[in-house]
Amino acid sequence: MTDVATASGPSPETEPSPSSGTSPVLEVRDLTVTFRVDDGHAPDVHAVRGVSFDVLPGEVLAVVGESGSGKSVTSLALLGLLGRHAEVGGSALLGGAGQERVELIGLDRRALQDVRGRRVAMVFQDSSGALDPVFTVGYQLDEMLRRHAPDLTRAQRRERSVELLRLVELPDPAERLKFYPHQFSGGQAQRVMIAMALACDPEVLLADEPTTALDVTVQREVLDVLRRLRERVATSIVLITHDMGVVADLADRVVVMRGGEVVETAPVRRLFEAPRAAYTRELLAAVPRVGTPDRPSGADGAGRPALAFDDLVVEYRDRRGRAVRAVDGVTLSVQPGEIVALVGESGSGKSSMGRCALGLAPVTSGSVEVVGTRPGQDTPRTVRAARARIGVVFQNPAASLNPRYSIGESVAEPLRVHAGLRGPELERRTAELLESVELPASWVSRYPHELSGGQLQRVSIARAISLGPDLLIADEPTSALDVSVQATVLDLFRQVQQSLGFACLFISHDLAVVDELADRVAVMHRGRLVETGARAQVLGRPEQDYTRRLLAAAPVPDPAEQAARRAAVG
Amino acid sequence: MTRRVTRRLVDLLVVFLGVTLIIYLMVFALPGDPIAALGGDRPLAPNVVAELRERYHLDEPVLQQYLRYLGGLLQGDLGTTFQGQSVADRMALRWPVTITLALTAWGIEVLLGVLLGLVAGLRAGAVSDRLVLAGTVVATSIPVFVLAVSAQLWLGVELAWFPVAGTGAGWPTAYLLPAAVIAVFGLASVARLMRGSVVDTLRTDFVRTLRAKGLRERQVVGVHVMRSSAIPVLTYLAIDLGYLLGGTVVVEGVFNLPGVGQLLFQAIRAHEGPTIVGVSTALILVFLLTNLLVDLLASVLDPRIRHE
Repeated sequence: MTDVATASGPSPETEPSPSSGTSPVLEVRDLTVTFRVDDGHAPDVHAVRGVSFDVLPGEVLAVVGESGSGKSVTSLALLGLLGRHAEVGGSALLGGAGQERVELIGLDRRALQDVRGRRVAMVFQDSSGALDPVFTVGYQLDEMLRRHAPDLTRAQRRERSVELLRLVELPDPAERLKFYPHQFSGGQAQRVMIAMALACDPEVLLADEPTTALDVTVQREVLDVLRRLRERVATSIVLITHDMGVVADLADRVVVMRGGEVVETAPVRRLFEAPRAAYTRELLAAVPRVGTPDRPSGADGAGRPALAFDDLVVEYRDRRGRAVRAVDGVTLSVQPGEIVALVGESGSGKSSMGRCALGLAPVTSGSVEVVGTRPGQDTPRTVRAARARIGVVFQNPAASLNPRYSIGESVAEPLRVHAGLRGPELERRTAELLESVELPASWVSRYPHELSGGQLQRVSIARAISLGPDLLIADEPTSALDVSVQATVLDLFRQVQQSLGFACLFISHDLAVVDELADRVAVMHRGRLVETGARAQVLGRPEQDYTRRLLAAAPVPDPAEQAARRAAVG
Repeated sequence: MTRRVTRRLVDLLVVFLGVTLIIYLMVFALPGDPIAALGGDRPLAPNVVAELRERYHLDEPVLQQYLRYLGGLLQGDLGTTFQGQSVADRMALRWPVTITLALTAWGIEVLLGVLLGLVAGLRAGAVSDRLVLAGTVVATSIPVFVLAVSAQLWLGVELAWFPVAGTGAGWPTAYLLPAAVIAVFGLASVARLMRGSVVDTLRTDFVRTLRAKGLRERQVVGVHVMRSSAIPVLTYLAIDLGYLLGGTVVVEGVFNLPGVGQLLFQAIRAHEGPTIVGVSTALILVFLLTNLLVDLLASVLDPRIRHE
């Protein structure tokens, strides 16, 4: 018996698992993945470098890391799903006590196909995209069983399919078999994926960011299902995630990855209480948490509000011409210098509010007043002039910057159009702006594809503040970023806001982010304003049930507290 | 579903009215006087011309003529030629030839186009893929009449593999060569479309899921990739069937096949207004109906369209 739970990464920060003694179901040793780029004309990319870990029977092993850490590539490499440009080395031995032992790396295609789904199953991030849209889920479940359990009769397969959907707690399982993937919500589709993955009682379930694309309350449901599954099935789960809250909620042990290497392997409580690797400490420190101390608000309550919605109703027409009410009678204002966070899940209408403030959404009734003008009522000329005093930052910086403009041109554009700056004056101001978002002024001639997501978002912020706006609208500005990057962008955002003193409507689904930034918080649910108030009050002592549910649904990055919360809910 | 079909039928009616009107106006705007031409070299007596004009309502304003024509259509009357024959009767004899030709060409497009596209798409970037792509570029850049005449000369006259002209040899021998000639353009488009569609489908997450389920590659490709990739190709194929039925004019001329295309060709040369409009109207109807069928078929293949 070897020292099974040891991850022999390059770092010394490893330790034996408390459960050493049981033989692992999956032993990964010195796994490497190299991508050949451009048929070998460009340097190879070493995505995974000497990764080792064990998966013990019945445990949930979390593999955490930020984008580019190699965590997803590792899981795809295990099942040979990387395609022909990837070269995989090392070893991955599948099969615990009483099971046939198989070396997965280098296994021939047909043998690998027999392992996939039957002994090692996978669940992916985007559940609605991961199911074939043109077949019923019943067919897709049946197909899996037909492939790996050919002895079952048609009726037995059907019975098993129903049982599987029941296992993941879908109501009316027999009825649901006839549904197509698009008829399920994201959370339900993810449960179907989990059911399918469990169809053949695999020894290992690889779950790659299974809840990342979901709203918090839906994420909570899926996590609950996974948690209860542990009591019913013997499958070991490898949970690949970037979310420390999810790790704290579900994992027994954690492997932390960075740059294709294992940085630290530890039981979950030890990892959160006493992280040994410097990177793990950084990662944990960067995770925003609800409960930051009070801070003074920069709000100037006396002046006229920079943004005021009065009994706003926004309706869209669907394909059949029926009115769909996205915003339903919302009254909200943002004072000069104040950051108001608009929180809600997808479909709550929060983004429609932002679009309304920019005059991009139809105002069905009620009114909007932005920096002293009323879009839709004042002359287009006045409204256009007012736009110069509004800055906008969107979620996806790569999509909101023109890829054919250098970042200097992007930042300078509003200055040219609205402020009429030209020549050296324009160059000086552009350089200043880049420096104000902590980017070197010498980068003016770089293009968006040369920058990382966090750097691009800084450029977006520089562009948004270039005219010294009275109001800034930020729609999920950090949702697409890694946690450590998110932390630095949020810091920057706060600094910039304090020095310029603009009013800000900050739209976000992440309560912890909102807690770090906002003066006041407005919670939206299905187009209506559920609760509004000072940050500490809404997030600390919520009055409304929905706010409480929202707060409870987001897993906190602390296993002990998360367990206590679980116990409290029952 | 019923809603969908009704809405499509209304669309169809609007398009039909618009297109027939345009053709009607264009035919009657053609230079030359068909009535005067009836007499050949000898000028007709003015009273005969006037009588003929009155009989064919050519003395009325064009719009009124058009409405009269539509009224006839409603009663199933496609009009009468200046020789006094019914346009519908003249066409009836010729439809079988054109339909056989078009369907043969279409079959070639479906089989070869889908197959080549699939092969190229599955091995995107490989030699076979590049050959298919290069082939489609060449195929789409040769005009149909050049292809028709060279195929006739080479394969028909010199090598004598196929009959040179006429329908005497029956199906399939007499139709293969002309069908292949008109299929070439569509075939190349189908192959390209299918290739792109396969490449896109292979990149989707659900194909990764299917592989992760351990399905054999032939099932992943044969069942899932094929069906998803077929949807956009199918739309093209239907439009193309309509195009094939109407686009046989040149080929029927070259290979001397007595089809509707040839009739149209002759009618245009003879300034036979009623025949031109009648044949075009029939072709438009066929075109619109094949499109409707495809739309319905697409919604059978793709549940997302069905549930919209």
